[in-house]
Amino acid sequence: MDFSVFLQPAFSGGGTYLDWVLSGTKWTLLVSILAWIIAFIVGSVLGVLRTTPLAVLRAPATVYVEVFRNVPLLVQMFIWYFVLPEIVPLGMGDWMKTRMPMPEFWNAVLCLGFYTASRVAEQVRSGIQSIPIGQTYAGLAMGLTRGQVYRHVLLPMGYRIVIPPLTSEFLTIFKNSSVALTIGVLELTAQARQISEYTFRTFEAFTVATVIYVLITLVVTVGMRTLENKVRVPGYIGSAGK
Amino acid sequence: MFTGFDFDVISRSLPYLWQGMLFSLGLTLLSMLGGILLGTLLALMRLSSFTVLSAPAGGYVNLLRATPLILVIFWFYFLVPIAMKKITGDAYATGIGPFYSALIAFTMFEAAYYCEIIRAGIQSVPRGQGHAAYALGLNYRLAMTKIILPQAFRNMVPILLTQGIILFQDTSLVYVVGLTDFMGAASKVAQRDGRLVEMYLFAALVYFLLCFSASHFVRRLQVRYSTGR
Repeated sequence: MDFSVFLQPAFSGGGTYLDWVLSGTKWTLLVSILAWIIAFIVGSVLGVLRTTPLAVLRAPATVYVEVFRNVPLLVQMFIWYFVLPEIVPLGMGDWMKTRMPMPEFWNAVLCLGFYTASRVAEQVRSGIQSIPIGQTYAGLAMGLTRGQVYRHVLLPMGYRIVIPPLTSEFLTIFKNSSVALTIGVLELTAQARQISEYTFRTFEAFTVATVIYVLITLVVTVGMRTLENKVRVPGYIGSAGK
Repeated sequence: MFTGFDFDVISRSLPYLWQGMLFSLGLTLLSMLGGILLGTLLALMRLSSFTVLSAPAGGYVNLLRATPLILVIFWFYFLVPIAMKKITGDAYATGIGPFYSALIAFTMFEAAYYCEIIRAGIQSVPRGQGHAAYALGLNYRLAMTKIILPQAFRNMVPILLTQGIILFQDTSLVYVVGLTDFMGAASKVAQRDGRLVEMYLFAALVYFLLCFSASHFVRRLQVRYSTGR
């Protein structure tokens, strides 16, 4: 084992292999966090739609969740990157193929975001559905509209209940971001593999990447647990676990 | 929109795609089997009161669950040949072929996830069952294999199968090491014939139909298993 390889000047010239690792980490974080923002917003809307009493609103959300959950992420990645520019209207397709800035990066973000949205939607839905129906009735009986019931009763409770499952989805998005390497995003796993190919220091390269993923997991877990403790409803849900 | 499509490319390459599908299904079933066996072992270790057993199992599970599957596949592609050289003592051992390397990677990776499912399943069996077994004079092995595990697995069947569906989707990632699973076959045809749109949409459709019907089946099973107990 010889970790000094990371201090050697990289093959491409300019910078060391450590710079490759740092750049890979940066792209992993960027893809994951931007995708999470999309997933959280889209997933929340879909999750709420799936709990509404109107079938017109429920059905499309259900179809979305079923489609995005039952196609592998890799296939979705290829569809965003290779297929979408061909089937959208010509002008937009040309823009995506020639003038779109960083097409690999943005397609990876969109793909991962909309994929994870389907999983977030399921968590939000089950969170809202775990609230006793009596709370909805009480809200309606007090003269709140259905929108106000969501805004003041269901969502404030629902989001606190789903923090633990959302934490694990948030952790999954960092791991899933490695699939972006298949369309050419040089994130952490891709950089680790590249370093191993240039230096034959496979063990060192993969070890460093693994350690960084574990660190990301630790930071996210601790951060989310702090948040969970902060917003916990007293006496409603059990403590944040061991 | 579909006017420029060449659906013939799909029917032309069906035998090749079928070979890929057999690879995907074989890899899924075998690594599911291996993952459940190894996962049960890990779960029993994690639940053990001996730290010397529970700590390594816990460390393994947490490490694997924090690492992306693609990185794990790369790890085992690198480690398996080295291990083979160590085991056989033959410096020119070339490994055991790509299928078995992938199988080992998926088994080791899925075992960590199955471990957590099985651990929860074992913990869902009322404590009294274990105490009753010991009171009747059964030892640990008999109490586990005759009393606790059968009940735990009965509760877990739907979630184990759901994990199997996720595993089936994940097998598409063997693409990164160039293996010809269903997705690998589709992408090779797509690139050879320059028919990316048709092939990738077809692959998505096939995966969707398979996984959608499988998860429907699991949901029906879940209803059946949750009643009548």
